[in-house]
Amino acid sequence: MFFVTAVSAEIAGFPFESESQEQRFRDLSTELRCLVCQNQSLADSNAGLAQDLRTELYEQVLSNNSSDEIIRFMTERYGDFILYKPRFATKTLLLWFTPILLFIVAVFFLIRFSKFRNQSQQVQPSEEELKKVRELLKAQEQKK
Amino acid sequence: MIPELGHFTLILALAVAFVQAIIPGMGFLRRRADWMAVAKPAALLQFALVLSAYGILTYSFIVNDFSVLYAANTSNSELPLIYRISGVWGAHEGSLLLWVLILSTWTAILAMQSKKYPVDMSAGVISVLGFISIGFILFSLFTSNPFLRHFPAPVDGGDLNPLLQDPVMAIHPPMLYMGYVGFAIPFAFAIAALVQGKLDTAWARWVRPWALIAWVSLTAGITLGSWWAYYELGWGGWWFWDPVENASFMPWLTGTALIHSLAVTEKRHALRNWTVLLAIISFSLSLLGTFLVRSGVLTSVHAFASDPTRGVFILVFLGLVVGISLGLFAYRAWQLRTITPFSFVSREMALLTNSVFLLIIMLTVLLGTLYPLILEALGGGKISVGPPYFSRVFIPLMIPVVILMAIGPFIRWRQDSVSTLTKQLRLPAILAVIFASVISLLLPGKLNLTAWFALLLAFWVFNSCYTQLKLRLRNTQSLQKGLKRIPRGWYGMIIAHIGIAFTVVGIALSSVYSQEQDVHMVSGDDRTLGDYRFEFVDVERKKGPNYQADVGTIQVYKNDKQLMTLHPEKRIYNVRKNMMTEAAINTNLLRDLYVSLGEQRNTETGAWSVRLYYKPFILWIWLGGFVMILGGLIAVTDKRYRIEVKQENIKLDDKYVATS
Amino acid sequence: MSQPAENETLPQEQKPKLWVYLLPLGLFGVLMIFFFFGLGLNPRLLPSPLIGQPAPDFSLPKLSNPDETIQNVDLTGEVSLLNIWATWCTSCRQEHPVLMKIAESKEVPIHGLYYKDQPALGIEWLNNYGNPYYDNAVDMDGKVGIEWGAYGTPETFVIDQEGIIRYKHVGPISWHDWQTTLLPLINLLKNNNGV
Repeated sequence: MFFVTAVSAEIAGFPFESESQEQRFRDLSTELRCLVCQNQSLADSNAGLAQDLRTELYEQVLSNNSSDEIIRFMTERYGDFILYKPRFATKTLLLWFTPILLFIVAVFFLIRFSKFRNQSQQVQPSEEELKKVRELLKAQEQKK
Repeated sequence: MIPELGHFTLILALAVAFVQAIIPGMGFLRRRADWMAVAKPAALLQFALVLSAYGILTYSFIVNDFSVLYAANTSNSELPLIYRISGVWGAHEGSLLLWVLILSTWTAILAMQSKKYPVDMSAGVISVLGFISIGFILFSLFTSNPFLRHFPAPVDGGDLNPLLQDPVMAIHPPMLYMGYVGFAIPFAFAIAALVQGKLDTAWARWVRPWALIAWVSLTAGITLGSWWAYYELGWGGWWFWDPVENASFMPWLTGTALIHSLAVTEKRHALRNWTVLLAIISFSLSLLGTFLVRSGVLTSVHAFASDPTRGVFILVFLGLVVGISLGLFAYRAWQLRTITPFSFVSREMALLTNSVFLLIIMLTVLLGTLYPLILEALGGGKISVGPPYFSRVFIPLMIPVVILMAIGPFIRWRQDSVSTLTKQLRLPAILAVIFASVISLLLPGKLNLTAWFALLLAFWVFNSCYTQLKLRLRNTQSLQKGLKRIPRGWYGMIIAHIGIAFTVVGIALSSVYSQEQDVHMVSGDDRTLGDYRFEFVDVERKKGPNYQADVGTIQVYKNDKQLMTLHPEKRIYNVRKNMMTEAAINTNLLRDLYVSLGEQRNTETGAWSVRLYYKPFILWIWLGGFVMILGGLIAVTDKRYRIEVKQENIKLDDKYVATS
Repeated sequence: MSQPAENETLPQEQKPKLWVYLLPLGLFGVLMIFFFFGLGLNPRLLPSPLIGQPAPDFSLPKLSNPDETIQNVDLTGEVSLLNIWATWCTSCRQEHPVLMKIAESKEVPIHGLYYKDQPALGIEWLNNYGNPYYDNAVDMDGKVGIEWGAYGTPETFVIDQEGIIRYKHVGPISWHDWQTTLLPLINLLKNNNGV
């Protein structure tokens, strides 16, 4: 989903003690993958393993384990595959930085490109284009 | 006997595709009118043959001929007729044949309209399309023959995947394929023009309606697919950044870039190589999508059963088609490079920036989709790249594109002055801030910056469209005359932009203000979401045509007044025993109430797990999609695309070789 | 229709170089290489991060006698297998004869983790089809399954003398798997004495 913000009092039949716990549960359950589904988060899945992992997640959130601790718990058992939001690490550097890099390259390219165009030519209609304009005007005249 | 006839017709179609590819192709290179003349009849014949083959396969489905292996795997005699027909494209083999059919249909339509193009150009284009057709028919015949038989025939078929037994899902694949395959035509035009070395404004005018049609179809396919996921999958999601969704979204992004870049090439003869590259990339991404979905290299909800030979075949085909075209591009575009001047503040620059950004977004989506695969191939282990990654990179990159949409149409071609522009842009921007703030305050719930900003962008686009219209009508005697004089292409653009504004509003408001509860309920329980109170009444067992259903009854109250009764279902289909949720949704322009029934949690208390959602403005997401489609369709009917070419101007000569 | 003439060309040195035009082809080539390797990978195969790690702690009731418990110390001392199974799992039924043959070969003891199922059904199953297990631990709520990083059933772990997990097999074991992968690994572990 695009943004993860919503308000509720109860998720998957789990009552929460505070709003922040609930928010944490919601965030984590959308960031963790249902491993036995092809492509669903824990929050979305009704699969048995997803339900068990949600229960695990709920208990850990309720005992106020930090999000980092919970993520470590999950990846120690299931590997990085369980994380929908890849960890920031050496092997994901390119994943996180390429979009920024592309953006910078594009802006650089566009600025350079336009400069290059401006100095190369004054922006004036060419003889060819003027001819075309005259023809078009004439054609319109004739239509009338 | 009849399925064999279908198989035979497909082989004949392959033979004709060879003729269609080679003879007009040679004619195009040697400039021989007699060889070029083969193009049209060959294209039409190939279409007729593929249509017959497809018709025969459909017939096998309709009469429940389960000696046809493919029908036995994907259909069932209990299936309603409509789903037996749509079931033909319900799995890999048939959908591939549909792909071939759509390709030959587009080719035939192009051949029928060949008066619009110089005879050599249409011969070249039809030849290129013939080569693509050869590839796909070979693919079908050698790795995925839908006419294979097995005896003795099973008593009944394995049934169509219940997920696909839905009217929207029945038309979603054809729309999507029309889009994917549609980009083959701009691609073929690009290749023909590169070979010929003639890329002019007329070329851009020929390509534009085809690019638009492909874009419209793809938009329709994606919109329907997303809408279907929303109401069918049962957890209210509508976009999952799944590899297969990305595979359709990537050509959409570059296709959008292409229709904008084509405008520059048609109007100003500029950015020709860029336009050609975008045409090649858009079709290449369609082929890439086919590879990703059908080879099994990526895990996905939608992936077809994978088969290594299929993967190898498409990979080789992909490599040949894209490799040759990009090679040709590098060589010819480099030779043909010219510079048409425009200033930094010009429409050209705005459109170029837009298409560069769309290309970057596409590359980002591509990177995220393929990163797990690349990392694993390099021995880096398994990772997942999911929605949290994509939303983080997609939204920031999309914002400049939407802003450009609000200001781009004001900028004049070639050169414009910043001061006049600022004057024109000021009012729509200020009004947008005011409107967005007012609406934000009116919305229930806490003031939210994301929602405000999205509203600001949407209103800005909307206001600028309105101001544009006013500027256009400035010097006309009467409103009616003025409205009539504006070309349809312009209306199409404005409408499509408004469609984007709708979608932006839908995405942002539904994400920010949604409320949901995932609860266990017993008879008499109730929960409140916003102003609505949902009371769980009971669940009854009912029997459908080819499934058993648990039908829940939930009463919805607003201010203690009963508003409606919702009936979410949970179905078990007889043949495949799949469990399916059918959410109950009450929709209007302002909000959706969405209820889906989970499993029975406790047989003693009768507790069911139920998901309740209140999703404001979510309909706008798809409404925006349909508005974009409308815009595209209006633009296609612009009368300048109906201009026919004077064929006598084209030099044809045996001795003259038209390259360099 | 007249075309704007191409007299707007720039001097040769200001035009983009050839490599710029070759860029898309190059990028595509790199992608193709990855696809080629990607075809050989199985997207459904998921390596376990537990390999090389000590077997996770647990203490569960025995299937044969709920008053007794099994702990992970019971898994140390010799090379052993831990097989996760349930009666609702159809591929476990398929795997069962292979487990029986492995048990007969007496190469290695098989410990069972009876996963999310009714004990009575499990006892019935073992009575009907034979019991290849040294003993069985009952994991009713699947908590220990999570500790072991289990995706489903059947899954089989090879554990060495020190109680370190050496290998994980997902899905039913075939006789072929046993002979070509599991048995050689077990023999190697036995000879190396866990080092």
